[in-house]
Amino acid sequence: MTWVDAVVHGVLLGGQYALLATGLSLMFGVMRIINLAHGSIALVGAYMTFLVVEHVGVSPYVALVVVIPGALVVGYILQRTVLERSLRGGDLVPLLTTFGLLIVIANLLQYFFSPDVRGLSSGRVGTASLQITSTLTVAWFDVLVLGIAIAVIGGLQLLLHRTQLGRELRATAADADTAELVGVNARAVYARATAIAVASAALAGVFYAMRSNFDPAAGPTELIYAFEAVVIGGIGSLWGTLVGGIVLGVAQTVGAQINVQYFALAGHIVFLAILIFRAVRAAGGVKIIRRAFA
Amino acid sequence: MSDHAISARLPARRVQRWTVVSGSFTLALAGLVGVLAFAPVLFGQGTLTNLTELYFLVILAMMWNALAGYGGLVSVGQQAFIGMGAYAVVYLSVEHSVRPYLAMGLAALIGGALAIPIGAVVLWLRGGAFAIGTWVVAEVLSILVSLDATLGGGTGTSGLLAFNLRYTPDQRLRNTYWFALGAAAVLLGVLFALLRSRLGIALQAIRDDEEAAASLGVRVLLGKGVLYVLAGAGCGLAGAIILAWQLSILPSGPDSVFGVNWTAKMIFMVLVGGLGTFEGPIVGAVVLYLLETYTAGPLGVWYLVMLGGVAIGVALFLPRGIWGTVQERFNVRLLPVGYRLR
Amino acid sequence: MSARPLLSVEQIDARYGLLQAVREVSLEVDEGETLALVGANGAGKTTLLRTIAGAHRLTGGRVTFDGRDVSDVSAYRRTRMGITLVPEGRRLFPHLTVEENLRVAAAARRRGSWNVDRVLEVFPLLQPLLRRQAASISGGEQQATAIGRALMTNPRLLLLDEVSLGLAPVVVDSLYRSLAELSGSGSTMILVEQDLGRAMAVASRIVCMLEGRLVLEGAAEKFTREQVTEAYFGLTAGGPE
Repeated sequence: MTWVDAVVHGVLLGGQYALLATGLSLMFGVMRIINLAHGSIALVGAYMTFLVVEHVGVSPYVALVVVIPGALVVGYILQRTVLERSLRGGDLVPLLTTFGLLIVIANLLQYFFSPDVRGLSSGRVGTASLQITSTLTVAWFDVLVLGIAIAVIGGLQLLLHRTQLGRELRATAADADTAELVGVNARAVYARATAIAVASAALAGVFYAMRSNFDPAAGPTELIYAFEAVVIGGIGSLWGTLVGGIVLGVAQTVGAQINVQYFALAGHIVFLAILIFRAVRAAGGVKIIRRAFA
Repeated sequence: MSDHAISARLPARRVQRWTVVSGSFTLALAGLVGVLAFAPVLFGQGTLTNLTELYFLVILAMMWNALAGYGGLVSVGQQAFIGMGAYAVVYLSVEHSVRPYLAMGLAALIGGALAIPIGAVVLWLRGGAFAIGTWVVAEVLSILVSLDATLGGGTGTSGLLAFNLRYTPDQRLRNTYWFALGAAAVLLGVLFALLRSRLGIALQAIRDDEEAAASLGVRVLLGKGVLYVLAGAGCGLAGAIILAWQLSILPSGPDSVFGVNWTAKMIFMVLVGGLGTFEGPIVGAVVLYLLETYTAGPLGVWYLVMLGGVAIGVALFLPRGIWGTVQERFNVRLLPVGYRLR
Repeated sequence: MSARPLLSVEQIDARYGLLQAVREVSLEVDEGETLALVGANGAGKTTLLRTIAGAHRLTGGRVTFDGRDVSDVSAYRRTRMGITLVPEGRRLFPHLTVEENLRVAAAARRRGSWNVDRVLEVFPLLQPLLRRQAASISGGEQQATAIGRALMTNPRLLLLDEVSLGLAPVVVDSLYRSLAELSGSGSTMILVEQDLGRAMAVASRIVCMLEGRLVLEGAAEKFTREQVTEAYFGLTAGGPE
């Protein structure tokens, strides 16, 4: 594989990360909640789709028609019952709640579905590939996932900037108390944000399951990549999350090109470098470093 | 109105640091530590193992609370220091024939020293970026250690050679017990002294409003740095204890010394016990210890589900944690870290 | 007077932490009135307004709006019923544009005659700023936006907390001209103001608070500046006989 090939695959990988990270970004941007259970929720999406496929016999793509609305409802209820109350306790309490959810979900999945590995068929798209150059072939599936990530983020941006719900979401994210003063029901707004986040997580989970086999223990490694994507892209920015995912994906594939074992390490190093660069710049820039070494 | 007339109308106020309750409790605690030192004479293997585990959890909980509760630093990466502490003990005692328990003590210095460059990288970050940043640093260390053949690579390493050469399993158990008790007591003492000092007030100010504190001349970065170094040292000691216990350690995978589940336990203990209180983490450690010791066996698969349920339940109904709620309701402080106006 | 008051506040107590910020305050506001609430810093004016708006919890007493007891009604519901507060410090949504700040108020779901065009009639200075981010405009422009945003909720009772704070006198003049217009056209308002002159000029009634209590109350024309000033500083107690 040439370097260009690695970059292209990195971009496509970034699409996967961005799809998973979108919900994370939304929940953190609007409610300052670090949802440790996000990966588990994505996995539940995969398992629910698996059930629908098993019992109804349709393809996973069709199953989404049932799973996604279900996820919206589940997210809404989750916020109104558990997360809303946690927020009232303080900034760190949602960490405990989502941690609890993570454990409960992971172990319940283990119990009901056993540790067996399963898979979802990705249909004809799953095996089709696209020849770009003589050395470079990409899977149509990966292109599809990137496309879906862009569509989801684009759709959310439209929602946020062109609808009343979007204005209320952004206002509540900025200043929930003042939003209430102009008539916004902050709790309902938060619930809608979580609903969207959970639905996007489920979507990401389904595509993850179509790409590779999954079992109840899958997920934690991907979760840290999703968090990295959100932070690289800048908290509060959805397009930033896409960019962050792509930057991370490219760093990882290029690192793997140097040495297969450097895959994750390369991503982490780039992540840290970007954060340090930003922090130094915010603290006064290169002058500080010069002064420190003068 | 003259100054005299005004001051005559105000009741005289005393600032009190020790109350009868807190004074007696602190004495009792010191006494308890003394008694516990004799435990190896009084109790059998099982109890000693359990108590060592308890001290270990107390150390972890205290350190995470020091960071998050007193410094506002939500670290998801303390496992970096735990792992490095464990590996440092192996490296020193196996490669360099340092006496194992001395190596374990040195793990504190190594953890603290490591906290300086890592802190230089992460302490600039705020909030969520800091949390994820610390996690990533831990992951980087995990990967670097896994890639290093001299440290045993992905299959891990062991302190077997160093320990079994010098101690019988029984001796190792006792020595580790005393080490853990000592480490917990020392860390408690250091944290206590820190919080009662000027730094303690500075930290309270930083916690309440960082910008305002900075504008008043509080050295914010320095305050956070001290806490981070202390937590690094404490977690290094915890890692050393793990090594003395298990002898074999792994740098990656579900049982890794660099695993994020260590942080998960810390979050559980501190938030269930009571964030930002001195006694809270101890309460939380006791809770986790009791749950692990007495319910893990009988519940089997459902143990973890129950643990998660407890976490959610506490978050919903006791958001200030068990001790935090008690403290609020009954205005009780067992250890005199704050001030009372009478 | 046969018509019941639009707002009736009875013996309310409100705490700010451990401090009793509002003590046993009772007052009534009729539809169409403009009430000026004056007093020194810390007198409890902001807390009182926030209690009426539902942004602050009562520890005692009752708030009745249009005949309905709203003491337990949450802030956003009160806005939907017609009580809107323009909070101290403007509190615009910084990354939303001026126009978005105005339009987000549709959340109040109230029918009425207020819309962006009408707000621009009252505050023409906002016309060229509609697409600008709220954080990037001047203090006076922000204040106009904040009042406009409140108007967009089609309120029956408008509460304004220190709208002149931190603004240049010329800007405040302009703001108060708009407020006088609103007052004249029949809006019901409670205005918290530290500038006694302006307050007395635009209001039909004056109420003065000191250390959480009402110490003076009555029609604006009945009082002289001196009388209000004395009450303000706690040098006398009571109102006109």
